Amino acid sequence: MLGLEKKDFNLLLIVAALVVLAPVLLNPFPEGSAMAQFNAGYPDLMQRFVIFGIFAIGFNILFGLTGYLSFGHAAFLGVGSYAGMWMLKLLSINVIPAIIFSMLIAGLVSLAIGYISLRRSGIYFSILTLAFAQMAFSLAASVLTPITGGETGLQTNLNDPRILPGFLGGGSSADGNIPKPSLFGIEMTATYEISVGNWLWTLNWGYAICAVVMLIAFYISIRIFRSPFGLMLRAIKSNQHRLSYTGLNTRPYMLACFVISGMYAGLAGGLMAAMDPQVGAERMQWTASGEVVLMTILGGVGTLIGPVLGAGLIKYFENIFSKINKATLEMWFSFAPDWLEGILVSIVYPFIGKGWHLTLGLMFMAVIIFLPGGLVEGGKRIGDWVRGKRGKAANDGAEVKTPAE
Amino acid sequence: MGILEVKNVGKRFGGLQALSEVNLSVKENTVHAIIGPNGAGKSTLLNCLVGKLIPDTGSVMFDGNSVLGRSPHEINQLGISRVFQTPEIFGDLTVLENVSIACFAKRDGAYSLNAFGAVNKENDIREAAEHILDDVNMLEKSGMQASSLSRGDKRRLEMAMCLSQKPRLLLLDEPTAGMARADTNNTIDLLKTIRDRRNITMCIIEHDMHVVFSLAERITVLAQGTPLVEETPDNIKGHPKVREAYLGEAQV
Amino acid sequence: MDQIILQILNGLDKGSAYALIALGLTLIFGTLGVVNFAHGALFMLGAFCTVTLSRILGLSKEVIDETRTDFLGNPLKVDVPYIYDWFGESAGAAIIDWAVPLSILFSIPIMIAIGVAMERGLIKHFYKRPHADQILVTFGLAIVLQEIIKYYFGANQIPAPAPDAFIGSFDFGAAIGMDPGAIIYPYWRIVYFFFAMILIAAVFAFLQFTTFGMVVRAGMADRETVGLLGINIDRRFTIMFGIAAAVAGLAGVMYTPIVSPNYHMGMDFLVISFVVVVVGGMGSLPGAVLAGFVLGILESFASMREVIEFLPGINQVVIYLAAIIILLTRPRGLLGRKGVMED
Repeated sequence: MLGLEKKDFNLLLIVAALVVLAPVLLNPFPEGSAMAQFNAGYPDLMQRFVIFGIFAIGFNILFGLTGYLSFGHAAFLGVGSYAGMWMLKLLSINVIPAIIFSMLIAGLVSLAIGYISLRRSGIYFSILTLAFAQMAFSLAASVLTPITGGETGLQTNLNDPRILPGFLGGGSSADGNIPKPSLFGIEMTATYEISVGNWLWTLNWGYAICAVVMLIAFYISIRIFRSPFGLMLRAIKSNQHRLSYTGLNTRPYMLACFVISGMYAGLAGGLMAAMDPQVGAERMQWTASGEVVLMTILGGVGTLIGPVLGAGLIKYFENIFSKINKATLEMWFSFAPDWLEGILVSIVYPFIGKGWHLTLGLMFMAVIIFLPGGLVEGGKRIGDWVRGKRGKAANDGAEVKTPAE
Repeated sequence: MGILEVKNVGKRFGGLQALSEVNLSVKENTVHAIIGPNGAGKSTLLNCLVGKLIPDTGSVMFDGNSVLGRSPHEINQLGISRVFQTPEIFGDLTVLENVSIACFAKRDGAYSLNAFGAVNKENDIREAAEHILDDVNMLEKSGMQASSLSRGDKRRLEMAMCLSQKPRLLLLDEPTAGMARADTNNTIDLLKTIRDRRNITMCIIEHDMHVVFSLAERITVLAQGTPLVEETPDNIKGHPKVREAYLGEAQV
Repeated sequence: MDQIILQILNGLDKGSAYALIALGLTLIFGTLGVVNFAHGALFMLGAFCTVTLSRILGLSKEVIDETRTDFLGNPLKVDVPYIYDWFGESAGAAIIDWAVPLSILFSIPIMIAIGVAMERGLIKHFYKRPHADQILVTFGLAIVLQEIIKYYFGANQIPAPAPDAFIGSFDFGAAIGMDPGAIIYPYWRIVYFFFAMILIAAVFAFLQFTTFGMVVRAGMADRETVGLLGINIDRRFTIMFGIAAAVAGLAGVMYTPIVSPNYHMGMDFLVISFVVVVVGGMGSLPGAVLAGFVLGILESFASMREVIEFLPGINQVVIYLAAIIILLTRPRGLLGRKGVMED
């Protein structure tokens, strides 16, 4: 189906189902209940889930397949965002040119940076990408202020030119407000709410578009993984020397991979600008590059679905975990006697709210130390363990004739 | 005129003259062995042939093309494949994938950025790869991860990768080093089969004289970076210069 | 002329900090072969040793001062540090004033302990893992350390002033016979520079002239052989990790009067120090020191007004630009050895 093996097609279906059902799945708690603050099914957050999913999928194409650890990927995300913003300002408020141009410009920038950085490998490659990204960040925050808006950032304005004709989203808005990014008249913020009993589900156009783009991006990444191109990239990770002595020129492969990965980041950046039309330089900082590394590793580097899971998990933590405050904790532990409640609250408190980064760091270290394959490997191990137990139970019942595999 | 012509090649590492005035001519469709004591410059010579090192002087011509200054993948695309002393394979990939990569390189050239194909739909590649794996008796291991193979199997896999490229010149760097006797004999048989098909030139560096004398048609003896003699196997045995090189002057 | 001297001087103190951090990074990389992304966090921990010590010294009790009254006419309550009770008021005040230099003594054992604990508890499990894993796990550790500090000390900068004796500036211009006021240089930065030189000299002397250092240097060159000689190289490397942590920590301690400590100062320095290490040449100690000073001075030259007018923004990027150029033209860095971190 769609040129995929059955297993991969099923994976695509599962991801599609998750993405479509996300507004329901992420709102498991009824409105007004004590747990309602753990509902993640609001448009802003759901958009971020899929956008960072795209970012991480792209990063994984580079790091997961070739093993080249880029510490400067946020630069492409930022470039994509700026390019998208300028399209929204200059061409039209329609998101399609913004998304396309964000990919193209990010692709060009990654071509230039990749061409130079890929002359080195290993830690030198990581440092080169880091240096380029830091340069981009510093310049965006200072000298390039006419293009990037400097420290205040870049927004859409009432009197932006928007030269395309009106039906394509050009011109000024009818009501005299700053126009909102839209797709042929449908605003990204347009939202419908469905309530079933006490449950409230939010359907949002912006999320729908991001979700479709993410599914396409995921599909393309499956195709890349299964293609001869993907095989060569995995061969680069495994033994670059052998590949050269087998008559293959690794440079075009690496450069193409780097550019594809940069375009994914640019796409994510463009979508970010389209969903929320304001961009600041901090989006390019190296901590943002670190974040996508965390997502990919946490989910499972080199696996198809890992980066998506990792991105979802980290964004969930960032938005939901960080909202828990002392009062919530006190409510949770109110069953305990006062002295115990105090102790429990003071133990848990450093890890939540503003301290969620601490939890993230610890979780990340635990994954690297104990589970280098990330959550996907964890799932696999649990699956094997369950199957092993069941298999054992079945074997115990019957006469064991052949040794276990 | 041989298929490989090495003329006056010299290579110096700091104060050490590793190669000097090396002249070598390998005739097409023959097996040519290069022997010599440790430190004679055999591996350096091989590295100069595949582009890992660039000689300071001299020329290396393969089938009328200069090899010097070309990168390893270009030299390979000219038709020179190399089996390394320690097997160089793609450890993370399966045996079949290892050989498939070599088949892709043969079919598509130095690169083909086919990001939308599917490896498992490339039937001709798979057939070619399985055919070669069958030749080296590894077909039943085609799904195994290459890093989990035994040392002998790794070497056979590497040889399969090189053979699947149908190279015109196959360079073998101590193909039986560290192998058990039985494995060595298997390798000799395999190489003999390849030799007897008469469409490949082989250049072997080897310490094991049993291997050398079972396979080689010409033998060059290298000592201290210079070729001493080039002869047929029969004439090499008992050649005074060779004994001198191996046993030292005191023995003569 | 005076501008050039001023920029060189300005570059020296930043360069000293770069050099010290890069020196520690290189010690760890050279001995243990580990790429330590948590090294910036060690620098930050050093700075917070100073903060902690000055807080401890400042612990006070509330005393009613009968001689003075507040605006309502009640006797004034003043905070009197406990330390006044023990050493008398003037000596106590002097000790508090000298909190930053005193932190040197305070921080050395703490930083060595932290370094050794880090090596034994975490890093040693990563010797055989790929460099990417080492980078990632130490990156995670850096986040954790940084967040712990943020939890206890808050997100704001905490000033830690230099002793009164070093506040103010030295008129360098007048001292070398130029116009007074042409080159003014804060005293503390001079102190920092000399401190850094002494520390660097001490590390080199330790490696050069002690048996311990000789073994470590031999281990850096060829770990296996030294191990085969029956020397327990691992234990020495653990101690070296502790020393490297102490060097980073001391760099942080003494830097506090120049930049008030905050929880993310380590990350800010880390990126640049890695660039410094790579420019100097992975695994080369003199290279790290040289590159630290060269890049520090380069950075301050790039922030001269004349240069910025000519090349806007150059001050922000000059270090990275230099790193990119050097990495592309001299892959091993300024003084790198062959075979280190090459594939």
